[in-house]
Amino acid sequence: MEATATETTAETSIEAVAQATATGTADLDPEAITLDCQAEKIFYGDFLAVRDSHVPIARNQITGFIGPSGCGKSTVLKSINRMNDLIPGFRFMGKVYFHGMDIYDKKVDPVAVRRNIGMVFQQPNPFSMSIYENVAFGLRLNRFKGNMDEKVEKALRGAALWDEVKDKLKNNGLSLSGGQQQRLCIARAIATEPRVLLMDEPCSALDPIATRQIEELMVQLKERFTVAIVTHNMQQAMRVADQTAFFAVDISRGGRTGYLVEMGATKELFANPQEQLTKDYLHGEFS
Amino acid sequence: MSEQASQKNEFHLPNLERQPFEPRALQSIILSTLTFCMAIIACIPLFSVLIMLLYRGGKRITFEVFYALPSTAFDVGGGFGNAIVGTLFMVGIASLISVPFGILAAIYLAELAPESKIATVASFCAKVLSGLPSILAGVFAYAAVVLLMGSYSAWAGGIALAILMVPTVMLTAEEAIKMVPQPMKEAAAGMGCTPAQAMLKIILPVAVPGIITGVVLAVARAAGETAPLLFTALFSDYWLRPNEPTASLAVLIYNYSGMPFPNQIELAWAASLVLVLLVFILNLISRAIGRRKTV
Ligand SMILES: Nc1ncnc2c1ncn2[C@@H]1O[C@H](COP(=O)(O)OP(=O)(O)OP(=O)(O)O)[C@@H](O)[C@H]1O
Ligand SMILES: [Mg+2]
Repeated sequence: MEATATETTAETSIEAVAQATATGTADLDPEAITLDCQAEKIFYGDFLAVRDSHVPIARNQITGFIGPSGCGKSTVLKSINRMNDLIPGFRFMGKVYFHGMDIYDKKVDPVAVRRNIGMVFQQPNPFSMSIYENVAFGLRLNRFKGNMDEKVEKALRGAALWDEVKDKLKNNGLSLSGGQQQRLCIARAIATEPRVLLMDEPCSALDPIATRQIEELMVQLKERFTVAIVTHNMQQAMRVADQTAFFAVDISRGGRTGYLVEMGATKELFANPQEQLTKDYLHGEFS
Repeated sequence: MSEQASQKNEFHLPNLERQPFEPRALQSIILSTLTFCMAIIACIPLFSVLIMLLYRGGKRITFEVFYALPSTAFDVGGGFGNAIVGTLFMVGIASLISVPFGILAAIYLAELAPESKIATVASFCAKVLSGLPSILAGVFAYAAVVLLMGSYSAWAGGIALAILMVPTVMLTAEEAIKMVPQPMKEAAAGMGCTPAQAMLKIILPVAVPGIITGVVLAVARAAGETAPLLFTALFSDYWLRPNEPTASLAVLIYNYSGMPFPNQIELAWAASLVLVLLVFILNLISRAIGRRKTV
């Protein structure tokens, strides 16, 4: 983990990804499923946003969510750590099993869920406090009583940001560049070592170099975490995701309801998609 | 001839030179001159008041006025130390009531239930209340406190001022909390903050400069109010006793400026200057804090 992602060149990491992807199996071992998202219906008020989407997320793998805009990728992703509870009118019908426990059970505290399932958002959103405090924030929240400096450094190294900020840890997190802010948000999310890391288009505000750094980072992260990532970039899905879930919008029933079309090992899905919709979408993307 | 032809040509290079006598340009020049003049004129009242106060009241500002009691009718000398203490005390009471009240209400309005009926009604009431003629706050406090306690008092004055301060504090604090970027609030929830933790650790620290600006403006306004104090605190020639009528700068100015004694009239001018400087300084502080905003 000490070797920072910036040192590895892009080529070698892609090879590593390709190998990892090749070994990813289409039919997942049920034991290896950390999170089993079985969304039957997801509503915003009266609007049925997503239906019938069963997305198993395997431990120590990267699961990619792809599909056209508005098909409900973010909706499903945010349902997994109950972020959507903040939206008035949101309703989730179905189950999300996290280590066998349904997180939508009445007994479950959504705050506890979010502490175990971390999230990185599309727009970098550091807190208005020092870089150090940003990373330490989650640890303090969990009443961590250990060597804080060590933990902060480890998280910043893990997010490939340490070398750039080690001399200015006291500066405000908002003073960093967009790409650095996003890596700071990743450091903040991994500092508490959540079991699962959800990322909603984490690279959409970044330039190609920062994007590559974050992709390499994700590949490293999956050794310790389970990662789910939404992306609009097919190449990115190919590069990093072990499993890929393809969503689409169903306009047949009058609404604009998103649903899972198919899901499988990334290589499989891209090489020979089973559904015509998937074929058309991938074809459109690559032609 | 060839020039004319090329001007008709649609693909001719556009003319980028200034054309000061085109109607468009004239309109722009006239408008900006007009707004400039109006901006200057808007400053005139403040500066003329300041200059007059400095001229009439400045010479009477000595150490004595800050610590001495007012002198009796035909005496010379004296000051208005009791009025300064009274104003500070009553504004302090008003702040102690209105600041927690206003901020807690603002948290409810801005974060906890912004869409709720209560929030809509409360925010409408606050807006109406912020335009309330200040004398009505005095009449209300007179009926609610003075009649009940049986005497004019500093408490009644503080409550009347608090009624005037609450809407300002509440509305500016609500605005400041709403200005905290939504993504930052989401990040707080995403890290596993309870709503209370998100408010205390993330949202309020960012909103504090805005909130303080509102509080300072409210304090500055309350410090200069006369009408509500005439009904509640009245005036006194002695040092502060909170259960009895209490002096304040504003009421001192009101009382003394109408007296036929030159010494009292001078004191009224000096008190006006002190009051204006107080408000002025408070405004400067609020601007300085407002500018320190990080987001
Ligand atoms: N807070 C909300 N309130 C109401 N409707 C919403 C809300 N968020 C999303 N939706 C609707 O739910 C549907 C799915 O949205 P979602 O954001 O999940 O799409 P997405 O696949 O993430 O799209 P994109 O790729 O553009 O981010 C859309 O039709 C959207 O209009
Ligand atoms: Mg989205």
